[in-house]
Amino acid sequence: MSGTRQKSLIRKALHRPNLVLGGFLTGFIFLTALAAAIGTPYPTDGVSIAERLQPPTAAHWLGTDSLGRDLLSMLMKGAQNAMLMGCVAVGIGLAVGVPAGLYAAMRKGLSVDAVMRLSDLIFAFPAILTAVLIAALYGPGVTNAILAVGIFNIAVFARVTRGAALNVMGRQFVTAAAAIGRPPIAIAIHHVLPNAAGAIIIQATIQFAVAILAEAGLSYLGLGVQPPDPSWGKMLNDAQTLMFTHPMQAVVPGAAIMVAVLGLNLLGDGLRDVLDPRLRIVRSG
Amino acid sequence: MLSYLAHRAFNLAAALLAASLLVFVILSVLPGDPAEIMLGVGATPESLAALRAELGLNESAVIRYFDWIGGVLHGDFGQSMTYGVPVAELVLERLQVTVPLAIIAFLMAVAVALPFGVFAAVNRNRPGDYLVMGFSQLGLAVPNFWFGILLILIFAVQLHWFQAGGFAPWADGWGPALKSLLLPAVALALSEAAILSRVVRSATLDVYREDYVRTARAKGLSKPAVLFRHVLRNMLLPVVTIMGLQFAFLIAGAVVVENVFYLPGLGRLILQAIFQRDLVVVQNIILLLAGLVVLVNFIVDLAYALIDPRPHGEAHR
Repeated sequence: MSGTRQKSLIRKALHRPNLVLGGFLTGFIFLTALAAAIGTPYPTDGVSIAERLQPPTAAHWLGTDSLGRDLLSMLMKGAQNAMLMGCVAVGIGLAVGVPAGLYAAMRKGLSVDAVMRLSDLIFAFPAILTAVLIAALYGPGVTNAILAVGIFNIAVFARVTRGAALNVMGRQFVTAAAAIGRPPIAIAIHHVLPNAAGAIIIQATIQFAVAILAEAGLSYLGLGVQPPDPSWGKMLNDAQTLMFTHPMQAVVPGAAIMVAVLGLNLLGDGLRDVLDPRLRIVRSG
Repeated sequence: MLSYLAHRAFNLAAALLAASLLVFVILSVLPGDPAEIMLGVGATPESLAALRAELGLNESAVIRYFDWIGGVLHGDFGQSMTYGVPVAELVLERLQVTVPLAIIAFLMAVAVALPFGVFAAVNRNRPGDYLVMGFSQLGLAVPNFWFGILLILIFAVQLHWFQAGGFAPWADGWGPALKSLLLPAVALALSEAAILSRVVRSATLDVYREDYVRTARAKGLSKPAVLFRHVLRNMLLPVVTIMGLQFAFLIAGAVVVENVFYLPGLGRLILQAIFQRDLVVVQNIILLLAGLVVLVNFIVDLAYALIDPRPHGEAHR
């Protein structure tokens, strides 16, 4: 990429309020997760019944939960958990879905049709229902939950990659590369993938948000993160029983989920505006 | 039209078959002994053997699959272990909550998304558009279960207008039953309305870019006349498709929201069945949900064919 084009891309980016706000919110959550990995103001695995359900004080900025744990520290650990879940779920989808989509775009035949039909079927079935199915067999747990979201993401990335790759395949530079005898793998990696990268990056941002939402939902239902590990969804589940006496407990973790998902969605939309304005984002989860 | 119908019906049957195979393979063929899962670690070998015999686990996978599907086709979904009643009976009872919930939420979402989406498109890149799209971004980001909890906090805990949860059976009259579904439906409708309003907006904008719209304006048709005569009708095509696709996510959302409001629907049943390891119930409900999703997609295809003014056959492959 030449220097002037890079500069104009950056200038374009700064004029997109959704990109700037999305980047800011996502960065905020990411830094919070990073800080939590280094340390939290209070430990989140200790129980202190004497300090339970305190209102916000100078010592505990957001108060404490029903086990006397510092809410701010729990929120920070929850951010770390959400980021980790998002990375794994999107990572699985990218690692399998992108090669599968590239393969499906470059080859034709029954096997490709079968693979795309299977991905249609997985795609038509929400991640959260797949997760319920897997939890039924292998038991509730964070590994199974995130695996289910990852499998759903494989279908999403296979479709997006194939669509973007098919757009590039008809272009002259691809035909030219094939004509001079470059092997299909080299064409896929050097010519097709770079041109599909924009669509894949944008979708990855959206799927990250989907993964955070799904994990929170599953943990809220008791099918995801198990106690005592902190998760925003789990915190909401705990808070619901205290709703009549301590309503604020139910407000804070939900707001955290909203900020993270809003940030990632805005970032995805903003990236789309800058990188590939005609792209349609696939939204489901 | 007939060949189109036949083609679609064939696709429907194929999708149902694939879905049933997928559910069966995940739950019955992959490692993990269903009998062991259902009885837990403390089970005696005798009780394990008895349950295996009762579930027919000693047969080969092929025979088990055909037994299961044969039963399902005759309306026999097996017996629930924890409730001791046929799964079909349980499901019929719970559908009376889940289906109305999904329909009410869907209608609410459409009622909000259509006018606001068109409004945003007509006012493109003006404050009204930014406002609608901003709210839609918020709606996408708010998890439905949290929104449900907030609704309970405001309307049940603070204002005492509604119960915090539970369901008044239909037998006691429509009013109380509908009232107990209202807050859950709002919680479910939010993200649906957010997605649909974006789809409506972009579909409307796409139609505005068409040549025939420019022609209509050029020949002197007023803006509202163009909107109502040309744009809205053609905008509905992509919108209906997305509505169909979104139905699956409405059902998935209902599974979560029912648990927020303690509604005795399918979602609550499936969650309880998981915690009680009632695999027969889980397997059949998942199949039912998958079948429902496939069926709705089929109906959407048909609706699409009815709305689409182009001749059938060529336009749909």
